[in-house]
Amino acid sequence: MSMAEPFIHLAGVRKVYRTRGVEFLAVSEATFDVEGGELVALVGPSGCGKTTLLKILAGLHSYESGTVRIGSAKQPFDPARDIGMVFQQPLLLKWRRILDNVLLPAEILGLPLAASRERARHLLALVGLSGAELKYPYELSGGMQQRAAIARALIHDPKLILMDEPFGALDAMTREKMNLELLRIWQEARKTIVFVTHGITEAVFLGTRVIVLTAGPARMADNFRVELPHPRTLDMKTSELFGDYTRRIYHLLGME
Amino acid sequence: MKPAGETTGMPPAAANRDALQRYSFAVIIHLLLVLAWYLFVKIGQVPKFVMPSPYETLHALLVPNYRWAENIAVTSVEIFGGYVLAVVIGIALALVFSWSRWLEMATMPLLVSLNMIPKVALGPLIIVWFKYGIGPNIMMAFAICFFPIVLTTARGLREVEPELLDLVRTLRGSRWQLFTKIQFPGALPYIFSGMKVAAILAVAGAIVGEFLGSDRGLGYLMLQVQVTLDTAAMFMAVILITLIGSVLYLLVLGLERLLVVRDARLQ
Ligand SMILES: Nc1ncnc2c1ncn2[C@@H]1O[C@H](COP(=O)(O)OP(=O)(O)OP(=O)(O)O)[C@@H](O)[C@H]1O
Ligand SMILES: [Mg+2]
Repeated sequence: MSMAEPFIHLAGVRKVYRTRGVEFLAVSEATFDVEGGELVALVGPSGCGKTTLLKILAGLHSYESGTVRIGSAKQPFDPARDIGMVFQQPLLLKWRRILDNVLLPAEILGLPLAASRERARHLLALVGLSGAELKYPYELSGGMQQRAAIARALIHDPKLILMDEPFGALDAMTREKMNLELLRIWQEARKTIVFVTHGITEAVFLGTRVIVLTAGPARMADNFRVELPHPRTLDMKTSELFGDYTRRIYHLLGME
Repeated sequence: MKPAGETTGMPPAAANRDALQRYSFAVIIHLLLVLAWYLFVKIGQVPKFVMPSPYETLHALLVPNYRWAENIAVTSVEIFGGYVLAVVIGIALALVFSWSRWLEMATMPLLVSLNMIPKVALGPLIIVWFKYGIGPNIMMAFAICFFPIVLTTARGLREVEPELLDLVRTLRGSRWQLFTKIQFPGALPYIFSGMKVAAILAVAGAIVGEFLGSDRGLGYLMLQVQVTLDTAAMFMAVILITLIGSVLYLLVLGLERLLVVRDARLQ
């Protein structure tokens, strides 16, 4: 799958936060590549700089030094149109029906509305929410709201989806279900996804690649391909290979 | 913007029955209050000038000298006029603040200090400056209900989820898009909570204005009949003032129901 030019290329990225004159090194020497179509899981303890890295990728944060390049000659990338974001909270607009919530990015980008509406219906079906188009967010469960947020991130057909602990607020059972759903959506929609989590099994289960960060300041501790076949199934979690991967991460994070 | 069949976790028929029950209870409890009032006056042999019976109170409406219709109209104009003025100017000012940080920094602390002035204390000044009449009483109602509207609107416009800002920024959305799609609709529940508080204050403002100086209105009438000890008329005036306030409040509540999705409403 390796191409000459990766879709995302990060090299030696360093980020310092300054608050009240105090400097805080949040990310040091972040270096990794992501191929187009990969689902990369960024895993690390709380406060290690995962969100910071994601915001740098989204173009929301500046950085002190290093290189961030997204897109290649083969896969051109327009930062305004090619990023979809999913956060820990669904952040749906309470006063909009689900369909209109999904349409928000299309409205902001000024995409043709009739076609977007059609696409929104398709996406809601894809995330298993057909029939909820005209409901309000409060009429949906947390998991359903998060699915709607995923549909919203896909509406403008971005090439890159950035997800920041999207299932962190869900209960364990819903979370497992959403993991399977995400894998299905990823395979159908053929997107590149960067998925931030502090769930170690979640990272291994979802990722085609796992990048492990350690805290204070964020340091790249490991970066490996997950050689579990697709489609992934829940019983893979009990396989020996899966155990090897999770143990490897626990070891790096000093949690054995 | 309201859902077609607002769910309360109950099937519509049961929800309707629940609502009907609520309204019936509300009506019954008010009727009971009137009954208790009647019994208290009758059994306790309370003199009419201390507390008139419900019937005597109603009877006061028949005194043509009191010009009820005109007084009701005057007081209503003062309340609604001051209120509408406060809503329009209050919301407009808060919008201007949200667009200009500089202006907000310059003006907001001033507004907060001015809010500390007991507006009622301005009454005598207003009379010195503008004489008495409907105009100054509208100003009184305006002065007292303007602040809660500006302050809550400004607060609502500030309360945007930082991550929603991020979302709009990644899409290179404009300031105007952020305002129309997220900031303003998000502020509506706050605006209405300010408007509800203000609706009650507007009534107080107009009446205090009439007490301090006026030649018409229900507040003015109360001072007149106080002299002749016509307590029944005073009761009637208080009831009418309350009704005017209730109409205003219900109008605001109805508008809120129309414009704000149930879940987004502030309690
Ligand atoms: N705006 C900011 N100003 C100053 N320091 C910040 C800012 N944002 C984050 N930090 C600091 O940078 C470090 C990394 O933060 P970040 O949010 O990227 O962590 P994270 O890995 O996403 O954590 P979590 O898993 O808890 O979400 C933290 O120590 C945090 O205190
Ligand atoms: Mg984070």
